Amino acid sequence: MEFNLSAGAFAAEQKFMPLDGKTVYDVMILGGGPAGLTAAVYCMRKGVSTAMIVKRVGGQVAETSGIENYMGYRYINGMELAEKFREQVLQFGIAYEEGPGVRSVEQGAVKKIALDDGRTFSARTIIVATGKSWRKLDVPGEDEFLGKGVAYCATCDAPFFAGKDVIVAGGGNSGVEAAIDLAKIARKVILVQFLDNLTADRVLVDGLGRFGNVEILLGHEIKAITGDSAVRAVSAADRKTGVRREIAADGIFIEIGLVPNTSPFRGVVDLNDAGEILIDCACKTSAPGIFAAGDVTSVPFKQIIIAGGEGAKAALSACEYLLRDAAR
Amino acid sequence: MPLFDDKVKNQLSDILKNIRDKVTIVYATQEFECNTCRDTHSFVDEIAALNPNIGLEVYDFVKDRQKLEPWKIDKVPAIALLDKDRSDTGIRFYGIPGGYEINSFIQALIETSGRREPLPDALAQRVAAVKKDVHIQVFISLTCPYCPPAVSTAHRLALENRNIRADMVESTTFIHLAQKYGVQGVPRIIINETHSLEGAHPMPAFLDVIEKL
Repeated sequence: MEFNLSAGAFAAEQKFMPLDGKTVYDVMILGGGPAGLTAAVYCMRKGVSTAMIVKRVGGQVAETSGIENYMGYRYINGMELAEKFREQVLQFGIAYEEGPGVRSVEQGAVKKIALDDGRTFSARTIIVATGKSWRKLDVPGEDEFLGKGVAYCATCDAPFFAGKDVIVAGGGNSGVEAAIDLAKIARKVILVQFLDNLTADRVLVDGLGRFGNVEILLGHEIKAITGDSAVRAVSAADRKTGVRREIAADGIFIEIGLVPNTSPFRGVVDLNDAGEILIDCACKTSAPGIFAAGDVTSVPFKQIIIAGGEGAKAALSACEYLLRDAAR
Repeated sequence: MPLFDDKVKNQLSDILKNIRDKVTIVYATQEFECNTCRDTHSFVDEIAALNPNIGLEVYDFVKDRQKLEPWKIDKVPAIALLDKDRSDTGIRFYGIPGGYEINSFIQALIETSGRREPLPDALAQRVAAVKKDVHIQVFISLTCPYCPPAVSTAHRLALENRNIRADMVESTTFIHLAQKYGVQGVPRIIINETHSLEGAHPMPAFLDVIEKL
């Protein structure tokens, strides 16, 4: 039996403090993935007063089973790496809180950060490192059947589809990985891909090809998810002919990539066409004193090691800004 | 063979140094132990061996039915946590808390032992105001990284207010129960049979539902 223990979460020597609504922090870091946590270490070492609001430690890293391209570790499990990052942050007396979501941010010499739970905090600079979350299909039935056949996490929910017919939406890496997980236990897996080819890595596509119970439907767009108390069918249209077909299924796993978590920052910082926060090579956004790092930004290639490096850069830029600000 | 390898065992015994007051694990099983009962039995044995402030009492679901009665344990394998006064916390784990769920188990032990951050005032007042009997069941799978926070939130509610009971239910061990509640994704949170939440939610979302009961 495996135990995915987050040892760091329980460390006795944690020094972090609760966030204080009356303090004006030098830096407020939003997000606790590799970018945010690296930024925190840099800020604390620089000696600026730092606060950090984290929705989920590790972000996408914590959901990844195995990581083989983060230097220093030939192989490490995602949860373990995330915990190591966090441990390195919590040795400092940083103001730290886990759980709450950010509602909005107000620009100014002192910036205001409003949380979903109604509290407000202030800081001279902000580092946005809120990452990305699952992209939705945006079709009828998707919200209605969430948890009743509509799923986004194959490792979490695959066991409920043993012996059943299930659809996977998406032919990228996450879609093909989900299809492989499901093919091991489901009766039948139908992978529906929008494009005319699978875009997943070759090793994954080859892996999927070894299963006899997988059907692949290319060039189709999912239009609706229907059912009664649970999902019963999915309607998909051929993108060339427009012909629609009903595919009977007990569930659908939606694995069509990610969207940046930028809703609290709309109208405050400029975004690109993909909805990512536009930054320059020093992690500056269009708003003075607001910096951004990691997957939420326009920087190409979403990788742990890149996000970490960007977090360091954003922290150093923020510290530089504070120095200049103080000199003025 | 022990369930915990040396690395996990050392990490756990380090973490469990945070235990403050005595905690008693009540473990309910049956004479002819099912596979998961056996594993869960080893699990509680190995945990209890790690710290002198963790007590363990093992009961048989059939023979000790009367003793189990006050704890309302209705299926096995079951774990209940009692505080330093042997008072029932309302915290239950049905099925083995392995995989990611080890985290919610350890957190429950430490919080039951009296070491916990106080809730923000406004939240504490809302929790204290719950006067009805509330039964929260959080269905999980052991491979779900989002599940432990949902379980811990439910358990914390139980710890703060004795009108609230909170169960972790491992969906594949109690497949019929999972089917009864139409669980097809985890975490799925059932509150008093009548209300439900999909996914991991923060404490205010639990309270929003509880206040409507």
